[in-house]
Amino acid sequence: MVAYLIAGLVLIILSGFYLGQTRAQKLQASQRLHSLPVYHGYHVALWCAIPSVIIILLWFTLEPIVIQSAIKSDLSGKLAGVSETEAMMLMTEVKNISQGITGLSTEDPQIIKAGEAMASLNDASRTSMLVIILAIAIGITLYARSMISPEFGARYSVEYIFNGFLFFSSTIAILTTIGIVLSLFYESLLFFEQVPVTDFLFGLKWYPQIAIRADQGASSGAFGAVPVFAGTFLIAFIAMVIAGPIGLFSAIYFSEYSSHHTRTIVKPILEILAGIPTVVYGFFAALTVAPLIRDFGMSLGFTVEARSALAAGVVMGIMIIPFVSSLSDDVINSVPQSLRDGSLAIGATQSETIKRVIIPAALPGIVGAFLLALSRAVGETMIVAMAAGLNANLTANPLENVTTVTVQIVVALIGDQEFDDPKTLSAFALGLVLFFVTLILNVIALSIVKRYREKYE
Amino acid sequence: MSESNPMAGSNSSFLKGRYSAEKRFKLYGVFAVSLALGAVIFLLFTIFSTGYSAFWRTEFQVEIQFNGDYLGITQESSDQEVREANFLGLFRKNLAEQNNDVPRRELRKLFAMFSESAADDLREMVITNRSILGTTQKLKVLASSSVDMIVKGQAPREIEEKRRVLNDFQLGLLDRWTAEGRRSSSFNHRFFTNGDSRSPELAGLGGAIAGSFWTLMVCLILSFPMGVAAAIYLEEYAPKNRLTEIIEVNINNLAAVPSIIFGLLGLAVILNFFGLPRSTPLVGGIVLSLMTLPTIIIACRASLKAVPPSIREGALAMGASKMQTILHHVLPLAMPGTLTGTIIGLAQALGETAPLLMIGMFAFVVDIPAGPLESATALPVQVYLWAESSERGYVELTAAGIMMILIFMALMNSFAIILRKKFERRW
Repeated sequence: MVAYLIAGLVLIILSGFYLGQTRAQKLQASQRLHSLPVYHGYHVALWCAIPSVIIILLWFTLEPIVIQSAIKSDLSGKLAGVSETEAMMLMTEVKNISQGITGLSTEDPQIIKAGEAMASLNDASRTSMLVIILAIAIGITLYARSMISPEFGARYSVEYIFNGFLFFSSTIAILTTIGIVLSLFYESLLFFEQVPVTDFLFGLKWYPQIAIRADQGASSGAFGAVPVFAGTFLIAFIAMVIAGPIGLFSAIYFSEYSSHHTRTIVKPILEILAGIPTVVYGFFAALTVAPLIRDFGMSLGFTVEARSALAAGVVMGIMIIPFVSSLSDDVINSVPQSLRDGSLAIGATQSETIKRVIIPAALPGIVGAFLLALSRAVGETMIVAMAAGLNANLTANPLENVTTVTVQIVVALIGDQEFDDPKTLSAFALGLVLFFVTLILNVIALSIVKRYREKYE
Repeated sequence: MSESNPMAGSNSSFLKGRYSAEKRFKLYGVFAVSLALGAVIFLLFTIFSTGYSAFWRTEFQVEIQFNGDYLGITQESSDQEVREANFLGLFRKNLAEQNNDVPRRELRKLFAMFSESAADDLREMVITNRSILGTTQKLKVLASSSVDMIVKGQAPREIEEKRRVLNDFQLGLLDRWTAEGRRSSSFNHRFFTNGDSRSPELAGLGGAIAGSFWTLMVCLILSFPMGVAAAIYLEEYAPKNRLTEIIEVNINNLAAVPSIIFGLLGLAVILNFFGLPRSTPLVGGIVLSLMTLPTIIIACRASLKAVPPSIREGALAMGASKMQTILHHVLPLAMPGTLTGTIIGLAQALGETAPLLMIGMFAFVVDIPAGPLESATALPVQVYLWAESSERGYVELTAAGIMMILIFMALMNSFAIILRKKFERRW
């Protein structure tokens, strides 16, 4: 049915364009038009397309609401006096029957009847939508075509709509940000209704088990996120210990020592690291690096857990090397040449120039680069999901396993999701914290880098 | 500071110290770069050396007598009747007759050396060609994953029987068949055509490739027009005011938001609020398009900025309206750069895993999805699923899946580079 609708609509829009254009062309033969015929065509097509699409979207949003309430009033006898959850389950059953999914359905004739009623309502709704929308589309097309006259400024209207589309597209970024903030806040509020904010932010125990029996409440799990935050920063810290020096020294080498030739060959190879999907690093960490570190640690007499923080951190460090190196490279390159020349002229060696002049001059920018890399490490998901632990463990020992914010989000949302269960909702509270921490890191880093750039411009 | 007077160059041991410090410092740089390069090489080497073997599968030659009486079908039987016939029984009967030295109680171990798909393959042969009934054919039948692992040396052979994937009896049979020349290996075409499977020897990437394809298509259809439109607005129309500034800051920040947050957005808004179907490429594509949008906007703006103002002025002087100037003259010149950015953005989207996990695209999908509204999984998610699986046979599949992702990404990126080299104009 929907396919017919789309096909019919496309056909009407295309013929609208054709009708508009040919009519304008006919007029053009005898007199001078305000707008080119093609704009009259676009005008008719847009007049047809925009209202139809809006009606279709409205229809799809309202249809389930209207049908559900109709069915609910039919079933009012059955629904009276049952709890909200039971009512929801009954409605799901009705929906399953209406979609022809049987097997787990009940024998209750009233429910089956309601399901059949829903199916016929759905059918009726879709058929009437097809008829109504196609009729409206044809009507509007004919009306828009009748508007064509030599004086009519079709180009103005088309350009007006075009500009509106451009502006709307540019606001998608804002809408996305608003969507992220609102959805995270909303679900987090639901979570904090069940778990106090202070418990979440300062509690030391994280056991988000699902309630196994119905009478087990939210109290069965503990949602103190401190061990989760600590684990996240432990792994991010290990990553920075690896990526910081390697990235910075690579950047110094590329910008101050290497020949142009080496730079053009070697630098792109390093940048490959930034393009490799994170799931690849996760596999690499779990398959190769973790056993290597474990065997090495064992041979030295340490106890190393299979999913140690060190393995995840080292691999994450490798992943962010190119972020540190290319950002630092940019920053070092924007230090004015006159500073180098001055230092070299008074007899300093190149390394002394770098250590005493260039690095201090570039320091704010380098700090910014490190912060951006840190934010990347904090938000990274797949490496830790595959190589770090699942159980929250408050420790600073990199050989033990720790868990991270992103791992806990994945754990909470893979599998059954119940949006009244604190386990599922905790993912959104963790996501909210993650969003703000990375946002703050980014804002600070970007403003440092920006101020630094302005200093030398 | 002991070195406070660098002019004291007459002291030769002091100079020597400074020069060796210089050399050391440069060495640190070389060391750092080689460490990073070593990491790239080690990573790629690990993946490729683990994964290449997945493209081959072990087979055994078996003589199958297509006994129509046993199956209860004739040349004239309908496809339905053939589908219901007992091909597993036929296969096992043939195996048992050919290996009549195998005692009855060991037969089960013999059967376990072959893949579950053997009976289905025989059935397909009869469905496509009825005249095969009544004949005896020498066929190559896919071995089970355990046999494959031993043959490829990925499961250890020289350990005690209990911990080995094949028992002594099966190992003996394998060696005997190898000596008789009945073992062979062939290209694993199932890896490219099959969906996921619970048996490693049958699992393939076909479903995931189709899922990724639909997801990227949705992503492209949504993010390309939106991204180009936003870039045109910001570069050509936007007044310098507070709103424009907010939009620009937002775009830069979106590019740095962790990908898993987009997954949460998709789950809360697109699935729960708008009620779009879970696990589908449609939802995956919408979420990925939000992530790709900043990349496209930034690339398109840079290309628009590179078009010299004389082009705009020329078009305006000839009487073109602003929209005509942009659509007919400026945008076509900015297209190569924009397309390059779009392809690079799509290549990134191809590798994204976390947001797709959040919206449920990790379902066990056997069938290959035929459209963006069917349950599907995507390449990196399939790799994640295999990597999390405990069975040994999935390790080489995981690595081979990663090889496929890397190959697709390399192809997309080189296409983008060629496009830029060929069409980009320098003014």
